[in-house]
Amino acid sequence: MAASLLRTVCRRCILFQASTSLKTKAHGLTQVPLVTAYRGLRLQNGPLCHGEYEWQDPKSEDEVVKITYITKHGTATQIKGKVGDNVMYLAHRYEIEVEGACEASLACCTCHVYVKDGYFDLLPEPKEEEEDMLDMAPFLKPNSRLSCQIILTKELDGLEVTLPTATRNFYVDGHVPEPH
Amino acid sequence: MRVLYKRLSLTRLRTLSSYCCRWGSSRSADPHVAIVGSGPAGFYTAQQIIKGHPTVRVDIYEKLPVPFGLVRFGVAPDHPEVKNCIHTFTQTAHRDRCSFIGNVQVGKDIKVADLQKAYTAVVLCHGSSNDRKLGIPGEDLPNVLSARSFVGWYNGLPEDVGLSVNLDCETAIVLGHGNVALDVARVLLTPIDILAKTDISDYSMDALSKSRIKKVVLVGRRGPLQVAFTIKELREMITLPKCRTVIDLLTLSSLNENIDGEETNTHTVTIENINELPRPRRRLTELLYNAAVNPPEKYTKIWNDATREWHLKFLRSPSEIVPTSSKEGPEAVKFIINMLEGDDDPLRRKAVPTDETDVIPCGLVLRSIGYKGVPLDETVPFDTSRGVIPNKKGRVDGFPGLYCSGWIAEGPVFVLAGAMNNAFATGKVVLEDLGSSKLSSENKGGKDAVLSALQQKGVKTVTFTDWEKIDQAEILLGEKAGKPREKIVSIKEMIRVASSE
Repeated sequence: MAASLLRTVCRRCILFQASTSLKTKAHGLTQVPLVTAYRGLRLQNGPLCHGEYEWQDPKSEDEVVKITYITKHGTATQIKGKVGDNVMYLAHRYEIEVEGACEASLACCTCHVYVKDGYFDLLPEPKEEEEDMLDMAPFLKPNSRLSCQIILTKELDGLEVTLPTATRNFYVDGHVPEPH
Repeated sequence: MRVLYKRLSLTRLRTLSSYCCRWGSSRSADPHVAIVGSGPAGFYTAQQIIKGHPTVRVDIYEKLPVPFGLVRFGVAPDHPEVKNCIHTFTQTAHRDRCSFIGNVQVGKDIKVADLQKAYTAVVLCHGSSNDRKLGIPGEDLPNVLSARSFVGWYNGLPEDVGLSVNLDCETAIVLGHGNVALDVARVLLTPIDILAKTDISDYSMDALSKSRIKKVVLVGRRGPLQVAFTIKELREMITLPKCRTVIDLLTLSSLNENIDGEETNTHTVTIENINELPRPRRRLTELLYNAAVNPPEKYTKIWNDATREWHLKFLRSPSEIVPTSSKEGPEAVKFIINMLEGDDDPLRRKAVPTDETDVIPCGLVLRSIGYKGVPLDETVPFDTSRGVIPNKKGRVDGFPGLYCSGWIAEGPVFVLAGAMNNAFATGKVVLEDLGSSKLSSENKGGKDAVLSALQQKGVKTVTFTDWEKIDQAEILLGEKAGKPREKIVSIKEMIRVASSE
């Protein structure tokens, strides 16, 4: 009942079933009790149905994974995340300027971050789709990842990610467009 | 469950109240910003400005009664996940300090200069609405179409609904090697049962289901190292169900030549040289090379069952589109074969014609060699050769209070992430100027004066709440057809639904 109700009110689930299933797989929504899923509906300016898991506080210290975001202006914000949190949605919860236009469906690169040395190698290898999207990211570096594909584990405690500095040079390979 | 209802009604109330104050008058000391165009550039600029200022009011003007620009009318129907950014845009539109004002053609219904009289700042984000032409004989024949119009046609863009597309032929030629070229090729070749589940317009679905097209040839004037499409789109083509990929073997010599200056035959040597390319170009080139020379089984498995195919051809510039004897359409395209010259950097080499020519028969030609911006009206400076508004960091040269972002500022060069960065950067520049003494909000009342002027002219404006009625109607129509939505394609019908209770 609850599930079907949610479905009728959540337009994005109806519209984007394909991407929803991807997202569900991507950040383990299956374990989230549905009650918490409603919480998104309440927030007019927050996420609607996805990213709810990140809004739960860690239940115990064992679950806590500390993560530091370094913004475009160089300010560091340390956050107590938890095992299973998606680094992009977690940033949204704490209003850190990470976009996420495609909502973790691997169709854009707006949640691009740099992962600190020592942590980069701890992450699972990126999928081909993620690599393809990273290729389109402005200011790609060897330690670039899409934050929507990073799921916190205990091993990642102390993780540090840096947001790329936005400037007006959009080309990843220094290419200058010219008219045909 | 009761709690849920409570929350829902709360949301609705909030929307309602924000809607009411949206059209009410506001204090004139607060800065008012007008944004022209509601695509990604417009919405991301609005988002940045609202986030960065406590009292600014932002009004987004849109030519059509429906928002989101190329996200609705450009993104291919089989890429629904790209359209997820609509949720963020919707959140921005729901903010108390943001209004969407649709069905207003700035430049015609109201001049940019008049907007400037009512607003502290005006940001032009209207994109590139025209496309480049080839300038060769036969370009105006029936069934020689611009890919931009073809995209508008399958995506239900009102101005392209009536486009005359004849798919009663076996071969289509797409001129251009960008993502739009791959998009139109993919739509022409995708099995119809896959397209049926997308929000593609129903009339184009109907036409595509009767299509006889078996082969789409993508032709570019330069080589494989200069293609403008990106890897995701190429990979999609290579793995398109029931479709075979054929990459021009002439490619190989030009590929090798481009990389190390002399022909090589062994796979490993070439890949080694590819390694010197920047990563995105390297991965793209590797994929092209492997698909052409050494396709893995996962690709050949698809290709073996293929009923259709696409060809990728390089180093050819079209010189003439040959009509059929009845002149009802194209019969073939004549090409001049090019070679590459110039720059040490292989990525920047130029195409130079040789004496050799080639002829490829076809029944449909789609021109996809780039989009171009057009000026809104004579009150805005414009660089006609580049199709952009001359600007520095988004500030329009010599016009205080006038800004631009997105394709109209930079040319049609970037995808969503780039548009977002550009819009954010322009938004910051606007915020900077709002915070300085550069701009005055004195006597700038925002939309009230504009709306009454529009009303006098008989322009029926559309609010975001009105759009949400259209949105709901489309989703309902789509449910019946088993699609995420059935787009309403006539402006008259959009207005009718928007005005309904």
